[in-house]
Amino acid sequence: MVYLDANATEPLRPEARAAMLAALDGVGNPSSIHRYGRSVRRTVEDARESLAARFGGRPGDLVFVSGGTEADALAVHALGRDRRLIIGATEHDAVRSAALSGSRPGPAILPVDRDGIADLDALRAMLRTGGPALVCLMLANNETGTIQPIREAAILCREYGALLHVDAVQAAGRLVGAVPAVAPRGAIAPTTTPPLRLREGAGGRGSRPQDRAAITPPPAPPSRGGETMWQTAPLPMDTANPRLAAAPMDTSHPGSRPTVSLATLLCHSLALSSHKIGGPPGVGALLLTPELSAIQALITGGGQERGRRGGTLAAPLIAGFAAAARANTSDPSPLRDAAEQAAIAAGAIVCGGGAPRLPNTTCLALPGVRADAQVIALDLEGIAVSAGAACSSGKVAASHVLTAMGLGDLASQAIRVSLPWNATAADIEAFIAAYQRMADRLRPTMAPKVMAPRAA
Amino acid sequence: MRIVVAMSGGVDSSVVAGLLHQAGHEVIGVTLQLYDHGAALGRKGACCAGQDIHDARRVADRLGIAHYVIDSESRFSDAVIADFADSYAAGETPVPCVRCNQTVKFADMTTLARGLGAERLATGHYVRRVEGQAGAELHRAADPDRDQSWFLFATTQAQLDMCDFPLGGMPDKRAVRAMAADLGLAVAEKPDSQDICFVPSGGYADIVRRLRPEALEPGEIVTQDGRVLGQHEGVARFTVGQGKRLGVASFDGQERQIVLATEPGRRRVIVGPRGSGTRDVVLREVNWLIPLPVEGLRCTVKLRARDALRGAVVRVTDSGAAVSLDEPALPAPGQACVFYDGDRVLGGGFICRSEGG
Repeated sequence: MVYLDANATEPLRPEARAAMLAALDGVGNPSSIHRYGRSVRRTVEDARESLAARFGGRPGDLVFVSGGTEADALAVHALGRDRRLIIGATEHDAVRSAALSGSRPGPAILPVDRDGIADLDALRAMLRTGGPALVCLMLANNETGTIQPIREAAILCREYGALLHVDAVQAAGRLVGAVPAVAPRGAIAPTTTPPLRLREGAGGRGSRPQDRAAITPPPAPPSRGGETMWQTAPLPMDTANPRLAAAPMDTSHPGSRPTVSLATLLCHSLALSSHKIGGPPGVGALLLTPELSAIQALITGGGQERGRRGGTLAAPLIAGFAAAARANTSDPSPLRDAAEQAAIAAGAIVCGGGAPRLPNTTCLALPGVRADAQVIALDLEGIAVSAGAACSSGKVAASHVLTAMGLGDLASQAIRVSLPWNATAADIEAFIAAYQRMADRLRPTMAPKVMAPRAA
Repeated sequence: MRIVVAMSGGVDSSVVAGLLHQAGHEVIGVTLQLYDHGAALGRKGACCAGQDIHDARRVADRLGIAHYVIDSESRFSDAVIADFADSYAAGETPVPCVRCNQTVKFADMTTLARGLGAERLATGHYVRRVEGQAGAELHRAADPDRDQSWFLFATTQAQLDMCDFPLGGMPDKRAVRAMAADLGLAVAEKPDSQDICFVPSGGYADIVRRLRPEALEPGEIVTQDGRVLGQHEGVARFTVGQGKRLGVASFDGQERQIVLATEPGRRRVIVGPRGSGTRDVVLREVNWLIPLPVEGLRCTVKLRARDALRGAVVRVTDSGAAVSLDEPALPAPGQACVFYDGDRVLGGGFICRSEGG
């Protein structure tokens, strides 16, 4: 069996497993006063500090939640209060659905190009008119892996007094580039950054100068035993891709690399999910900039997380989450590229192939062949991949992501292959063989009327 | 062998999956998502999948077989639901189950099964597949009360060759339920499905009104010579042969009336005395499961799902077939006329509206 559906959930990392096992026997509620409670609280707070450092924020500004969906919902509801919403056309349903809930008018949709990259000229036009906005833009797309120009979007947002929430769920464990040594693009000095418009209630904290300063320069990488906790390898991105040179995230500007860091990305909040980085499911976090940290809870309960999220903290899950975030990652892009090339040779078209992408993800459309048939055929060959957005019924609907990219019929003919952290060359060989058999069998019989254009 | 089982979540197809799995086959369960269940029930926010999909998955879990849900909503909407409303608007009485079998179930599922490398597609229908000299034959089920052969007349020979109907020989439904219990399936006591699947409350008029509102506009109930006997609330509410819901038009003087035809264009329902009928039936979209008969074919035919077999002669025509019934009857346009030789299904077609009717 070959598991190539990491973007649905990553296999548990051994580091996370070990941390969870160690925490499972910890008796006590982290909110309790006694020593049991204190001990568990220490586990939680250690994890919080570790995660905050890893993702470029302050521990006090990290709110543990149940997962990525809740993190997005909390951001939309808390930061989007009294603001109009602008969301990317390819956002995850966690954001789309939250943006549609409540009595507010529906969100404005920020269009994307054929590779799934958000149109920043359109964003500027949208920001220029209308009241204060909350913009939601994902760092990396779950279906195509397309990476958005978040920093550029953040600069725009700040220019117009908008807030930017970033769903970093898919990117978090996979874009582990070097934290830039040089402050990014001098233009983003505090003097040129317009003052943030703060919600009532958050103003008190946000107006403190030390808080403001905390968001501008990236924090020094926390070190453990003399080694940085970050990977310092070059970003595992499509460096061979000709589009990359012209892409908004030009590698000639090291500061614009999409390191998953609140500080570096210049956004106002980051949604994170444990099970997408090799931790356990059931826990995630919303990391906020200091001046916006005092958000109103969606779930109030016992006032945990400084009143920002009620409910007893899941200490073992949190420990596993932090351990997964500390784990080293290798660059899966050579394996991904090999799979992709073989699929192209078998007739596939890569969706979003012209954009900078996550190193583990490829979205392969087989013209004329229903995506669900492809997924089923591969599953019967022992290869686990996915397609579009699977509903709870298990049916596969046409992908709103690929539709937004203007791919038409291909939107219901594409599968997502996403390599987990432990993918091997043997896995990819098995995938390639199965994909070729699948394409041979399904193309003539499943789509007799469709002349499938072969990709070069 | 690798067999795809069309699993509805009901007892019958669950037992089929269980039997074939027990027999050592590699069984792949497939459930079609045919319509948005939440929307059909009018419950906003309800899941698009109904209880049936959940049940099918749990049966597959229990058996330890693969199971997939295929989204056939748009296909079902076009080929079955829209056709259903169009048919009423054209003055006919549709059989959506035949359309569904003809398109979504057998055409699409056999294609899918072949694409997945399966040798057979098995379903829980109560019909028998008999190996004949020229390929598979379609026969009535052993249990006459359960026989579904009338609904499967449009299955093509190529589809039939790929199909398996393991329940066709079962003596009755009780035996099937007992088998489900033996297999440890939780659906053993699940009630049979009723009526039309996409019309949960039986209120098919709501769907027709949404898609073809003109078929539910009021009009006159008239006799064949044009006398107005009463009013009606839409031609879609009437089927040829129907005696109910005619109101004051139920009687013409002392004579009890039944529907002879509907005229959607003039929004009229034509009634006449009981006992009216015709010997000549014109069919379209005829499917043959035997070589095309060169001469008139003497056989028995069935004009409705629950109707007696009638003696008839069927002749092939350019547009389908012409049936001469031994005794007059009231065939309802849009329904199927299926030809039998004993238990064997020879073919069938859809009944056309008679000229001027």
